[in-house]
Amino acid sequence: MTLTITHFLVLSALLLVAGLLTMVLKRNAIGMLMGVELILNAAALNLTAFNAFAPAASGGGSGPRLEGQIFTLFIIVIAAAEAAIALAIFLNFYNNFTSIDVERGTTLKG
Amino acid sequence: MTDPTVIVPVSIAPVSYGPLPVVLFYGFAGLTLVSAAAVALSANIVRAAAALLFALIGIAGLYLLLHADFLAAVQLVVYVGGTLILMIFGIMLTSREAQGPDSGPSRAARRREIFWAGLAAFALGAPLVTAMLLAPWKTAAFAATTQPTVEDLGRSLLDKNQFLLPFELLSLLLLAVMIGAAYLAKSRRPLPH
Repeated sequence: MTLTITHFLVLSALLLVAGLLTMVLKRNAIGMLMGVELILNAAALNLTAFNAFAPAASGGGSGPRLEGQIFTLFIIVIAAAEAAIALAIFLNFYNNFTSIDVERGTTLKG
Repeated sequence: MTDPTVIVPVSIAPVSYGPLPVVLFYGFAGLTLVSAAAVALSANIVRAAAALLFALIGIAGLYLLLHADFLAAVQLVVYVGGTLILMIFGIMLTSREAQGPDSGPSRAARRREIFWAGLAAFALGAPLVTAMLLAPWKTAAFAATTQPTVEDLGRSLLDKNQFLLPFELLSLLLLAVMIGAAYLAKSRRPLPH
């Protein structure tokens, strides 16, 4: 029995579902952000898994192919940037509503 | 074309680790999934953050299993050491009110929410997992041994024919994020003079 890409794909599908569940269930804005992080991690795991199981490069660079890992690196950096901006927005939200319960943000509700 | 800096891999006899990779996979996958479920279902936001820590560590282990040694380190340093700490600061700065079980909706309403969310998650997850299980991927066999990836990653990130442009754009993005986050989080209260 060896590892196949299906192992990783099923795992990351389940991780995506868990992230979506987190986003749906949390009322706390930071909790929803955690769901986003889980979803991003599922995508990153997918890319790395495809990288590890990709057939050898046909021409091009000399080393092993690492495109999937580089995309994962980009995802990690963008997730960090997204978390920083989201937290700044949540702090503003907290200053306005003295809570980060997303149900309180009803100023624009018609 | 011989490049003296490229380490030519010596031919290593294929090592068989037996069921070890599979066992490690199930260990890390179990850690990740249980922690992710705890993130989703925990009502206490601090506990959710602690569970997220273990989920991220499990994914770092999976990266190691996938021969992505540098990614595993980055996952631990940036995600666990940076993003998660940032979130915990955010929780601390915004949780003045008690996050006890009595705040928020009633238990029955919460249970109803979990039921419908679980149903929606199943409706999304079941076809997705079925598709993943049935898809005939044309993949290479899982390699038991590998070389370190740091050097190749660094070369491709700084190669203008590969990923130099996105790499530099990313640094611009980080600069914009730094300025934007500092501006957004700035207190609007008038300064005392």
